[in-house]
Amino acid sequence: MTDPTHPGPEAMMGSTAGEFVVPSAEDQAAVAEVAGLDKPHSLGSEAWWQMRRRPMFWFSAGLIVLFLLMAVWPSLFTDADPRYCDLTQARHKPSREHWFGTDIQGCDVYARTIYGSRSSILVGVFCTAGVALIGSIVGLLAGFFGGWLDALLSRVGEIFFAIPTLLGGIVILYSFPSRPDTPYAIVVGKVVLAITLLQWPTIARIMRASVLQVMPHEYVTAARGLGARPGRIIVSHILPNAVAGVIAVATINLGVYIALEATLSFLGIGLQPPAISWGIAISEASRMGFLTSAPHMLLFPSVFLSLTVLAFIMLGEVVRDALDPRLR
Amino acid sequence: MIPVIIGATFILFVLVFALPGEPWQGRCGERECPASYIEAFKREYNLDKPLLLQYLLYLGKLVQGDLGVNFYNNRVIDELAVRYPTTVKLALIAIAVEIVIGIAAGLLAGINKGRFLDSLVVVSTLVVVSIPVFVIGSVSQWGVLQLHLNDIFPVTAAQGTIKQLILPGFVLGSLSVAYVARLTRTNLVENLRADYVRTARAKGLSTGRVIGVHTLRNSLIPVVTFIGYDFGSLMGGAIVTERIFNINGIGGFIFRSISQRDGVSVVGAVTVLVLVYLVANLLVDLLYGVLDPRISHD
Amino acid sequence: MRTRIRALSAAALVAAALVATGCSSGDPTPGPAGGGEVVLRGCTAQNPLLGLMTNEVCGGHVLDVVTSQLMRYDAETAAPVYDIAESITTDDAQLFTVKLKKGYLFSDGTEVKAENFIRAWNYGAYAPNGMAQATFFEPIAGYADLQCPGDDCDANKPPKEELEGLQQVDEYTFTIRTTEPTSNMELRLGYTVFAPLPEAFFADPKSAEFGRTPIGSGPYKVTSNTATEIVMEPNEHYTGAFKGKVDRIVYRIYDNDSSAAWADLLAGNLDFNDIVPGDQLVGDAWIAELGQERTVVRTSGTIEVLTVSPNDPQFKDNPKLRQAIGQAIDRETITREIYGGSRTPATGWVAPVVDGYLADQCGKACVYDPVQAKIDYDAAGGYQGILSVSVNGDGGHKDWAEAVCNNLRNNLGADCIVNLTPDFRTLLNQARDGELMGLFRNGWVMDYPSIENFLTPIYRVGAASNYSGYNNPEFESTLTQAAAATNLAQANELYQAAEAMLAQTYPTLPMWYRTTPAAWSTRVDNVVVTKMGWIDATQVTVHQP
Repeated sequence: MTDPTHPGPEAMMGSTAGEFVVPSAEDQAAVAEVAGLDKPHSLGSEAWWQMRRRPMFWFSAGLIVLFLLMAVWPSLFTDADPRYCDLTQARHKPSREHWFGTDIQGCDVYARTIYGSRSSILVGVFCTAGVALIGSIVGLLAGFFGGWLDALLSRVGEIFFAIPTLLGGIVILYSFPSRPDTPYAIVVGKVVLAITLLQWPTIARIMRASVLQVMPHEYVTAARGLGARPGRIIVSHILPNAVAGVIAVATINLGVYIALEATLSFLGIGLQPPAISWGIAISEASRMGFLTSAPHMLLFPSVFLSLTVLAFIMLGEVVRDALDPRLR
Repeated sequence: MIPVIIGATFILFVLVFALPGEPWQGRCGERECPASYIEAFKREYNLDKPLLLQYLLYLGKLVQGDLGVNFYNNRVIDELAVRYPTTVKLALIAIAVEIVIGIAAGLLAGINKGRFLDSLVVVSTLVVVSIPVFVIGSVSQWGVLQLHLNDIFPVTAAQGTIKQLILPGFVLGSLSVAYVARLTRTNLVENLRADYVRTARAKGLSTGRVIGVHTLRNSLIPVVTFIGYDFGSLMGGAIVTERIFNINGIGGFIFRSISQRDGVSVVGAVTVLVLVYLVANLLVDLLYGVLDPRISHD
Repeated sequence: MRTRIRALSAAALVAAALVATGCSSGDPTPGPAGGGEVVLRGCTAQNPLLGLMTNEVCGGHVLDVVTSQLMRYDAETAAPVYDIAESITTDDAQLFTVKLKKGYLFSDGTEVKAENFIRAWNYGAYAPNGMAQATFFEPIAGYADLQCPGDDCDANKPPKEELEGLQQVDEYTFTIRTTEPTSNMELRLGYTVFAPLPEAFFADPKSAEFGRTPIGSGPYKVTSNTATEIVMEPNEHYTGAFKGKVDRIVYRIYDNDSSAAWADLLAGNLDFNDIVPGDQLVGDAWIAELGQERTVVRTSGTIEVLTVSPNDPQFKDNPKLRQAIGQAIDRETITREIYGGSRTPATGWVAPVVDGYLADQCGKACVYDPVQAKIDYDAAGGYQGILSVSVNGDGGHKDWAEAVCNNLRNNLGADCIVNLTPDFRTLLNQARDGELMGLFRNGWVMDYPSIENFLTPIYRVGAASNYSGYNNPEFESTLTQAAAATNLAQANELYQAAEAMLAQTYPTLPMWYRTTPAAWSTRVDNVVVTKMGWIDATQVTVHQP
């Protein structure tokens, strides 16, 4: 599947048995376009100039900075303890004392929403980084060396691709349950690993396609003829072309991974208390009885989650638009 | 295709059988099962053999088209046969929702590019994408009950009739509506800028004609492929949607089988699922060739 | 947990079953004559539909109307009454003579005879057949000879294939001899494991077909059994006294989520639901929605405890610490806020529904006193590191476990964390393998209504459910004395003394007694909810349009 304009199954990346249909064929088409550009050096600055003019960029970037700040430094936003819960104060409506009300345990929903950003954003960021890293390496190797290595890696990629992400994630997380004394980093790490393991082929394909696009160009042939080592060719010729596409898809997927984590929590796996996350809060609050008796429990974490996902997807769109010359 | 199926089934086989917990636990209520029960159980399902041998025994049957017998003494093929019609119906409804709403919204946005309607479609589709499906599901269920609309849109779908599947189909389809709409819009906008459209416009053709005759077909090619792949993955069932609406489909079957450590069911179902997915991809590739003359020449 | 144990239905014995007749409540005249269809909430049976295999509710609810036994538990009075048996007589509570009614038919038209019982029970007790309920035949003489030596059925076959204690007298008479006097034998014989099996079963005992649509002697028979529902229609050969009223019982499967069944009940697609989702119990939302006349909360012989892990070095020989933790849990608020009052705070280890129950046996550890708890906790050295409270994630226990942890954190300063296992299997596994530290959940549904049943199976050395590893020689000897006691009052006193011993070391911390909330649709009348929290499907009627 080397035809750059051909939306391969990547169109379904992030797709988990139909629950999370994600970046679409258009992304891939755009990526391929980007990969085909012949002036890698001006790309970055030109894209930046493009993006700066878009209000959507500033809006999404602002939101992302806000959420990142929340994740890194939650006490900046609230001095309440998210773990202090008083059952006699359960399910109170939003008030001066509890801005977002209290949940069924009597915990402050505002504090938990602020502190919950960390898990969700950690999962999103690390999954994206992991997928991008592994995917890029595999894609590069496969595209650059070709032959049996390409065949092998592509088959392995297809195997992981054929397993629906949600399903695979369930099986993996069931296999490696967390204990209460499991450190937080490992609890989050498991979710990240599970998602990364099942998602890397999305990026690998894009990377491989980019490599195959760039390789026949004369400047690469020339560099090879001059005796440049593969490492140098990759770093100076292939990566600059491919990286833009990877960034565009990765930012969009980031939002998807956050939502995926919430879904895993809903199914009773993934992050679990005492971890505080939006996914856990939303899955608890979305039970029908609470929709009637305490809708604020669902509303606030949902809005935060949606805004985060939205911000990353919008950023991804802006980046992609900026990198796609046809849309200018 | 064959190495993919073998690889995927092997990975799942090992994972599912390596799950902590035993398949007979919980079958004897809140007490331990008697030793003789456990032993008879193991013998019946080859669990007393090494894992690799179990897999090979399973593979041997699989090659002959036998998906095996699960821990409930039902043939997996029968279990799937009961559920596939529901899954297919649900997938078709979801796809129909995607096509009707998605393409309409995409066209609307594409034609009005840069105007308010465009932004509205772009933003609202993004918002839908950013909400987890279980929230959409429970809220829609709750809403229907609050409005007493249950007779029109039943809130659960135990029998999987078309009427029952409409609400879940909307929920499931809403996820992809955004992508269909955006894909349609992008491609339409692109095509409207193409030289042949400019020529057609210069000749004095109306906008409607330009879009209807010249650009729509080209614009929809990637949309059709996207929908094709989506259908392929929806055929694997929708774990969350099925759970919320008590739909007896493939996704819920697989999820339940995992939690019951019913490895044979999981592996059997996933084998079929992977097969269906790969076949769907193959069909889409072919379809793409048919729709796009440039490719069919290859 | 989802597949709750069904236990020996003898539990249905105590007290009268509650009769709740929809709108015609208090009206002595029976409702409309019959017919129609009722839809009941069901779940996937974990085993073939065979009394010998089924001891969880999902399959059990079906078997209740599909099979009949020598005895049947009357729905109104819950006492065992003769069903297939014409009479059961004994002089010494060890040799029972059973006479059958003539002309009692299976749904395939064949007659129920003595050999149908004998063969069925022999089959069930014979270990190589691997029947899950085999242990219920243990009291019958000769049971040991049907077990595999060394529990290894591959290498060693049992010496015998037939229970020595079962002897056929004539076609309609047989005798049961037990190893020890078993005064409640009649009561036990009403349980579905003791159902007779027809000739057709023995032709192919492993038949999947029989497991799906069994041939029984009950008032209804299974006419179709699919992944989504089990349909039962009247057994036209039924001659027993417990004929059903409706023409069709649909047992609809809801496995994934309790809220789906609840939504169906609200929407009128489901007639009876015995599982009310936790979010509906909060603030009694469900009763507000349906009204008192369509709901009932039954007390049941169920207790929930937090077991102190026997492997946790910090709890070892530190009863003061255990007591302080129990004292810091605000059971009153938790049952009110999380369960909408559908559970009652426990004050002992025995549920109040049984004879011999004595309140306040648990002492200090069950009385909420955060201030004293903190003092005692500190005096006992406190709990260092993370204190985990382990519950299974698939049974709706997460909410209360979190509330308990919040109590311990706020009142004691303990670093309490809820450990959620994906499902009940995993929790059992980890408890059995000694992997769980801190506290973990255990529930106990009584097998039969006796104070003894809350003590012996859980706290006796070597008992299958003794997860706390409780080992107290004095307790053991008191139990032995109690079992040998001649009159009930004396026995109960001894059992109460044994129960009080638990408060010395707190192997478990009692939490609350469970109740069973159930709700039904507006279409049905004469809803009788039994002690087991299930509808008596033979009495329910449907409004005729």
